[in-house]
Amino acid sequence: MSVPATATHVVEPAAGPRVRRRLPRWWFAAALFAVLFALSVLEAVTGAHDLVSRGTVAATLIAVVPIMLAGLGGLWSERAGVVNIGLEGMMILGTWGAGYFGYHYGAWAGVAGAIMMGMLGGLVHAVATVTFGVDHIISGVAVNIIALGAVQYLASLTFVGLPGGGQTQSPKIPDVQTITITPVGDGLGDIADKDIFFVSQLASVAQALVTNLSLLVVIALLLLVLTWWVLWRTAFGLRLRSCGESPAAAESLGVHVLRYKFAAVLISGGLAGLGGGFLAMVASSNYRDGQTGGRGYIGLAAMIFGNWRPGGLLAGSGLFGYTETLGLRQGSESVHALLLALAVLALAAAVWQARLQQQRAAIITGVVAIGLGVLYFAIDEVPGDFTSMTPYVVTLLVLAFASQRLRMPAADGQIYRKGSAG
Amino acid sequence: MTRARLTRLGLGIASAVLALLAAFLITSLVLLAAGDPVWDVWSQLLSWPESRNWANIINNASVLYLSGLAVAVGFRMNLFNIGVDGQYRVATFTAAVVAGEAWLPGYLNTALAIVCAMAVGAIWAGIAGALRAMRGVSEVISTIMLNFIATGLVAYLLRQVSVRAEGSNEIGTREIPEGSRIGGLPFGDYDIYGFIVIAAIVGFAFWFVLNRTRFGFDLRATGQSTTAAVASGISVKKMTIAAMMISGAIAGLVGLPILFGDAYTYGSTFQSGLGFAGIAIALLGRNHPIGIAFGALLFAYLDEQSNPLQILVGVSPDIVAITQGVIVLTVVISYELVRRYGVRLEQREVAKALASSRTDRPEEVSA
Repeated sequence: MSVPATATHVVEPAAGPRVRRRLPRWWFAAALFAVLFALSVLEAVTGAHDLVSRGTVAATLIAVVPIMLAGLGGLWSERAGVVNIGLEGMMILGTWGAGYFGYHYGAWAGVAGAIMMGMLGGLVHAVATVTFGVDHIISGVAVNIIALGAVQYLASLTFVGLPGGGQTQSPKIPDVQTITITPVGDGLGDIADKDIFFVSQLASVAQALVTNLSLLVVIALLLLVLTWWVLWRTAFGLRLRSCGESPAAAESLGVHVLRYKFAAVLISGGLAGLGGGFLAMVASSNYRDGQTGGRGYIGLAAMIFGNWRPGGLLAGSGLFGYTETLGLRQGSESVHALLLALAVLALAAAVWQARLQQQRAAIITGVVAIGLGVLYFAIDEVPGDFTSMTPYVVTLLVLAFASQRLRMPAADGQIYRKGSAG
Repeated sequence: MTRARLTRLGLGIASAVLALLAAFLITSLVLLAAGDPVWDVWSQLLSWPESRNWANIINNASVLYLSGLAVAVGFRMNLFNIGVDGQYRVATFTAAVVAGEAWLPGYLNTALAIVCAMAVGAIWAGIAGALRAMRGVSEVISTIMLNFIATGLVAYLLRQVSVRAEGSNEIGTREIPEGSRIGGLPFGDYDIYGFIVIAAIVGFAFWFVLNRTRFGFDLRATGQSTTAAVASGISVKKMTIAAMMISGAIAGLVGLPILFGDAYTYGSTFQSGLGFAGIAIALLGRNHPIGIAFGALLFAYLDEQSNPLQILVGVSPDIVAITQGVIVLTVVISYELVRRYGVRLEQREVAKALASSRTDRPEEVSA
């Protein structure tokens, strides 16, 4: 199958000295170690002690998974060319699904219910965007409005009168199983308590991974791998992605474009719904009104930050999940420490830009770096209202710095009607 | 009026009616599935409101109208300003502080507060516009993030400047002095917000600027075809920032009818969520100031009429939120269906005209 090579495709690598190199396979592990090391240094320098504690790591895992699942949902849908702003609504539906089915039929039924409710939201989005060719963003916004109204309506219909339930929350629902490997965990705990630079931090991470690890976390990570394998290593995935890159070409080769898009949006809804279910069952112990708190949008941002790739998506969710966790745990101190890290990062970026002869950008970034540094030394801790905004500010900053190097699926967000291949 | 224009108008009305009917039908199905009394719900929702309710409906509609206009400015340029919520929050807070401090006497104070609110709203939206224009960040994501940031920021600032009312846990800004409040207009036995006059003026200005000025033409041109806009010398970056800032400036007005006509202070319980309703209303009104007015009235009507549902028929008023969301979807779907039908109608007319001309000149072969 030959792709028509446009002029830019041919010229670009030859003309510029910056030939795009692929990251090696192990980049993710390397990056993880580098980040851990940097955080260890930061702990040593600033005296903040909760940056890589076991509690922080465990809480981060819990915070990352819903964002990652929402992002995965976005990945499926956008790789097939359908922008999915409705992820938030599908997550909201998932939280109710987990609450209702989890309470009445047990934990795993709750998981299934969450997925099902999310798919229901996906179905609405798919019918509107794929079948009727409605603008994707409009449909997504509508899904969010409907989902919010629907769960509030359903909650007062189904949870009022149950023990501990009411208009804004469900009764307590059972949790799925957790995994604990006691001897390993205790041993790692001893090392973590000894306060050895970097080693203790590594032990904390490892300990969090073997203590009370929810099965759903494992499943979510497996789903990420599975998504990568299906989308990038199977014929089905290639066809699905071709619908997002060039639906007309795909159709001319006999791919049922609309069917693929429909399926992708349904799967997208299921994943987002599972993310919502995770919020209700693992991150908390019941459905609550407003539980998602914009995580669907953050998941979408994480996916964009991850350049529409599973690995990058995980990195993005990790960033947002981590900053969110820091804000919730001793936020004032931890976020204060992060300011210093940001200042150093911005300074490095400024130097880099100066080397690339981008004087204006370098000056702006440099001023930002100095500002952050001054702020770090001027205040002792960050007020609570600000720590809660950290993930959102980070999202904005990251997108502002990273979005120029990103490439979304070529036909993402475009409305495709059957027979357009002409 | 020519026949073609009449057909277009007819199709427009038909699509709106179709959308509403579909939304009613879907809501009824939801009610049926949930086992709620369908008939009782509709007879409450569609009963004729009392004049007190009418006053409430018009008041809420004026607020929703401004929100719809703010979103519509963006839509005209293919920009999705989902951040009206955050914009009106920071703007209303600013207006409340400025008006509460009362640096100027009487209505000068009011005017200053309104200008400040518009400026703050414009700046807040302008951040998203600049990020879009300079760094290519999707305004959908950035405005949503700015909403969350606005919530935190206003909560923090409110704690810095607030005064606690006697015997209440609620904190708020200093009350606006009597002389700077905007009095109500008489409506039957009740008053409606005087701010409604300003809302109407904004609606007219919206129409005038978009349809009768060079700037409006540039804005609409950029929305319909970026390449064409660039070719005719329009700076898309400048237009993006300008459109977002105008949208934000109007968004800055959204909370003011309530502030100057009813609450007189900005507190932690100030009404939220008006921005998302604005999106739906702008879509419903097809981004036209008069259409948006109808949309705002419809939404305000549904909200007001749903209030007693819980007491009267034991159904959660949230059912109306489902209806409103469904309306957004059915509206765009029915516009699309009707548009396709209209295109086919036109094609048939053209084909007929061509066929008749071909019989006159048989030597011409169609492609």
